[in-house]
Amino acid sequence: MENKTTRSLYMIPYVIWIAFFVIAPILLVLYYSFQDLNGDFSLTNYQNFFTPIYLEMTLSSFWYAFLITLVTLLFAYPTAYLLTKLKHKQLWLLLIIVPSWINLLLKAYAFLGIFGTYGMANKLLEAVGIGSRQLLFTDFSFVFVAVYIFIPFMILPIFNSLDKLNPTYLDAANDLGASRWTTFRRIVFPLTIDGVKAGCQITFIPALSLFMLTRLIAGSQVITLGTAIEQQFLVTQDWGMGSTIAVFLIIFMFIVMFATGTKRRRARG
Amino acid sequence: MDKRISPLSRIFLIVMFALLYLPIFYLIFYSFNSGGTMYGFENFTLDWYRELFQNTRLLIIVLNTVVIALLSALISTIIGVLGAMMINKVRSRRAKDSLLSLNNILIVSPDVIIGASFLILFTIAGLKLGFYSVLLSHIAFSIPIVVLMVLPKISEMSPSLLDAARDLGASRWEVMTKVVIPYITPGIFAGFFMALTYSLDDFAVTFFVTGNGFTTLSVEIYSLARRGISLDINALSTIIFLITMVIVVIYYLITNRTKKAPDMEVFK
Repeated sequence: MENKTTRSLYMIPYVIWIAFFVIAPILLVLYYSFQDLNGDFSLTNYQNFFTPIYLEMTLSSFWYAFLITLVTLLFAYPTAYLLTKLKHKQLWLLLIIVPSWINLLLKAYAFLGIFGTYGMANKLLEAVGIGSRQLLFTDFSFVFVAVYIFIPFMILPIFNSLDKLNPTYLDAANDLGASRWTTFRRIVFPLTIDGVKAGCQITFIPALSLFMLTRLIAGSQVITLGTAIEQQFLVTQDWGMGSTIAVFLIIFMFIVMFATGTKRRRARG
Repeated sequence: MDKRISPLSRIFLIVMFALLYLPIFYLIFYSFNSGGTMYGFENFTLDWYRELFQNTRLLIIVLNTVVIALLSALISTIIGVLGAMMINKVRSRRAKDSLLSLNNILIVSPDVIIGASFLILFTIAGLKLGFYSVLLSHIAFSIPIVVLMVLPKISEMSPSLLDAARDLGASRWEVMTKVVIPYITPGIFAGFFMALTYSLDDFAVTFFVTGNGFTTLSVEIYSLARRGISLDINALSTIIFLITMVIVVIYYLITNRTKKAPDMEVFK
């Protein structure tokens, strides 16, 4: 018996980690969500969440997350598809991943310059005759930068599922007289839907909770669940309300994960 | 590029690649601008680099960031390897799955939630926000990824390998250090590098749990960027870009040397 206990000693750090950094934080967030500003048990936070202000914010957060995911998918799918046709596709894929290794803050900071009043984007707009305009602190720039951040994480799973696709299916479809569009719609897309789901999951959940990008790029134009949580915790110091929003964000996260299958991934941001 | 794709597709790909790299090279380009802005390139200058290396405050922050990254990667790798061994020992399918689900919670959780909940945790525990709270958080969110990197290596290891070692008279310690550890080394390296990049890249969690006295690079860039543009940051990003490239190359050399590395699992 003695021997068995000493044999299990190695488990201690990992078990402590699970107890203190996985289970305890969730319980604490749940506990705080039931506390009002005086530290008493109450349901006020939940009542507040169902007022128009918070519901509208949740809706707009979902809308932006949806928009970001959709635009990311629209650009990521063709890119992934074309990448699989290239000769040194793994190398090209690596080149897609590399920008995602650069610190997120630096990329956001770069866009402050690019979208600035005299930045490159405005120079380009002037050159094509549209004329310069306010780009920074608009929802357009927010969606653009968010898509930029997430696109490598969307391309990867789609690329992997496209890469695994058996090419004989395509030959068969071709032989049976299917047009290229029919082949794509009836064969390629359904067979790579898992990659698409994984990519959407990896994009949608972080997009719901972005707060740094929102603050830097969108200014006060966009409020997401992430900015609301940050606001409540670090500015207003109302941990109860912040925890309540966090609880809902966790619930939404599980719904999204359930809707997009059980595979789990993570994107930075 | 290949002949199998149409010219239009080729243009699309070129535009995508150009867009992906544009912000990075934009930053690097203007780090040499004597004008002091991220528009209207005036003259080539290295002043911003000189200024950067004289900015002791920023250099200390860089040092903090590196120390946190190395320490957290090291400690989380050790705990993660132990965790992977523990999960591997679990026989019942259901217990294993629930352990893995617990393990993955911090991987799927949005950073804001990790940050906020850790802030509550540290405040309740009475830990002063600063170096240790940041270090503990980084260790905590890096452990699960190490486990995911190491676990496939451990579970693919044939039990007969261990039996053979024991038959030949190896002690438990020798089995561990001479057989198990060398076998799973690629996984350990992959985990260590992932933990390193997670830590270096993190902003949101650190933002929540760092107090007034302690800052990492991401948090510092955030507060600088909110105040406007300063080309020191550009100079710094050039250096960070170069270092990142070196790390990427090392990482891929190490993982590709061992052929199918478990690192790609994360992306699949």
